[in-house]
Amino acid sequence: MKKIYMDHVATNPLHPEVLDAMLPFFKENYGNPLSLYEPGIKAREAIEHARESTASLINAKAKEIIFTSSGAESNNFALKGIASAHQNKGKHIIVSRVEHHSILNSARFLEKQGFAVTYLPVDNYGRVNPADVEKAVNDETILISIIHASSEIGTIQPIADIGKIAHEKGIVFHTDSVAATGNIPVDVKALNVDLMTFAAHQFYGPKGAAALYVREGSRIVPLIYGGIQEGGRRAGTENVPAIVGMGKAAEITIRDLQKRIDHVLPKRDSMISTGLSVDKVILTGHPEQRLPGHASFVVEYIEGEAMLMMLAVKGIYSASGSACSSKALKSSPVLISIGVPVHLAQGSVVFTIGESTTDEDITYFNETFPQIITRLREISPYSKGWEGTEDATCTAKK
Amino acid sequence: MSTTEAAQKVHDEPQLKFLDKPIEADATTDIIYMMCPMHLLTIEDQVKEIETGQILSILTDYDGALEDIPEWCLKTGNEFIGIFEDDDHYKFFIKKIKES
Repeated sequence: MKKIYMDHVATNPLHPEVLDAMLPFFKENYGNPLSLYEPGIKAREAIEHARESTASLINAKAKEIIFTSSGAESNNFALKGIASAHQNKGKHIIVSRVEHHSILNSARFLEKQGFAVTYLPVDNYGRVNPADVEKAVNDETILISIIHASSEIGTIQPIADIGKIAHEKGIVFHTDSVAATGNIPVDVKALNVDLMTFAAHQFYGPKGAAALYVREGSRIVPLIYGGIQEGGRRAGTENVPAIVGMGKAAEITIRDLQKRIDHVLPKRDSMISTGLSVDKVILTGHPEQRLPGHASFVVEYIEGEAMLMMLAVKGIYSASGSACSSKALKSSPVLISIGVPVHLAQGSVVFTIGESTTDEDITYFNETFPQIITRLREISPYSKGWEGTEDATCTAKK
Repeated sequence: MSTTEAAQKVHDEPQLKFLDKPIEADATTDIIYMMCPMHLLTIEDQVKEIETGQILSILTDYDGALEDIPEWCLKTGNEFIGIFEDDDHYKFFIKKIKES
C-alpha cells in the first residue's frame, strides 16, 4: 500500500546530502572541538563553517548564532535569558495565545518568578494585531515574543510590523520561527527581530540541532553554564554531527527554498480545495498568509483521532495539530483562540507536505480524504448530535 | 563573595585602581552574564584586534575578573588602567602596550 507522509511540520526526513556531510563526524572526525590537536581543530572548523551557513540562511552574522539542542531549548533560553538579563528594567512580558508550549510554559514559569505576562488574543485566522501589541506595552515591558508561523494552523504572523513597534519602544523582540524557517524566506533584519528560534529538522536537517539567533550586542543570561562553548552562552560539548548537518541543511535550503515553495504550493491549494468541497469542513488559519505546504481543517461531526487512524490505515500520515488534542483529548488552545467552538475543535486535522510529495500523492489524497469523512460520519454518534462542554470533555449526546 | 566584598578586596590591593568615572575606549566588549573563563578568552581575542596604544574596555559582572584581569595585564605586559564600578557591572580599561 502507498505510504504518504503528510506530517512535515512534525519533522522531515534527513536530506541525503546532509547525511553524507554528517557521517565523517560520527566516524573519523570524532574530536572534541575544544581539543588543541588535529581532530579537535577539524571539529571546531566544521562547527564554525556550519555557523556561517546557518547564519546565511537568516541573513545574520555567524557570531549571532548560538547552537542549541532543540527549538524548545532555544525558546526557553530566549524567554528566561532575556527576562533575567532585563529584570532590573521591568518585569512584564508579552506573548500571544497561540505560542508553542515551550514559550507558553516558559512564560508561566516566569509568572511564578514574579513576572507579569500578557497573553495576546488573535483574530479568527490566528493573527496577532500589531495594534494590540502596542496597547499591551507598559513601562515595565522588557520582552515581546510572538510565534512566526503556527505549526497547527499554518498562519504567518506580521512579525516585521510587531518588531517595528517593539524597537520604537526599546523592547527586546523574539520570534519562534521553528515552523517558518526553511519553509519561507526569513531575514532577521527585515523581520526586526532581536532573537529568533529555528530548528534544523524543519528544513531536512537532523533532530537535535537548533539555534537561537541573538542580535549582536544583546545581553542574555545563559540557560546552561559550564564550559566556553558557544562563546560561553551555551555550555556543553557540541553535538558536532548534528551541527554540521544543520549547516549543510541550511546551505541546501538557501539553494532550494524557492524550488520547494513552487513544488508544494499548488499541491497544498489542491488539498485545501478538496477539503473545502466537503460539507461542514472548515479551513483553519489564514487562507493566504499561511505556510506554503500547510493545509489544516476542522471536520464537523468527526473526532480527530478517528480520522488520523483511518487516514493512517489508508497510508496517509497526518496530525491532529497539538499534543493537547492528540494525547489528552483536550481542545487545542490555538483552535479555541481562533474561535473554533470546543465541540468542533476535536475534529482537527493537519496535513503538511514537502519536497517528496508527488502529484500522484495529491490525487490519492483528494480521493481518499472525502471518502474517509463520509465513512466516519456514517458511523459517528456525533453526526447525530453533539454536546460540547466547557472543560472540553468529549461527550456524545445521548 | 558579594560584589561589594569582592570590590572591597580589590580596593585593599594597592596596585588596583578604581576610577571615579569611565574613560573613553577605542573598543568595547560586553560580556555581562558570561562566566569564567570567558573574560580571559575575550581579552586575548579583543586585544589582538586593537592597535598598540589603544584602550580596550571590557564590561563584565563576573567578580573573579577583579583578580584575573589585572593579573592578566601584569603577565602579558599590558597596562591595566583601572576599573569603573557601574550599577550592576564593572568596566575594565586596558591599554595595549605590546603584542601578546
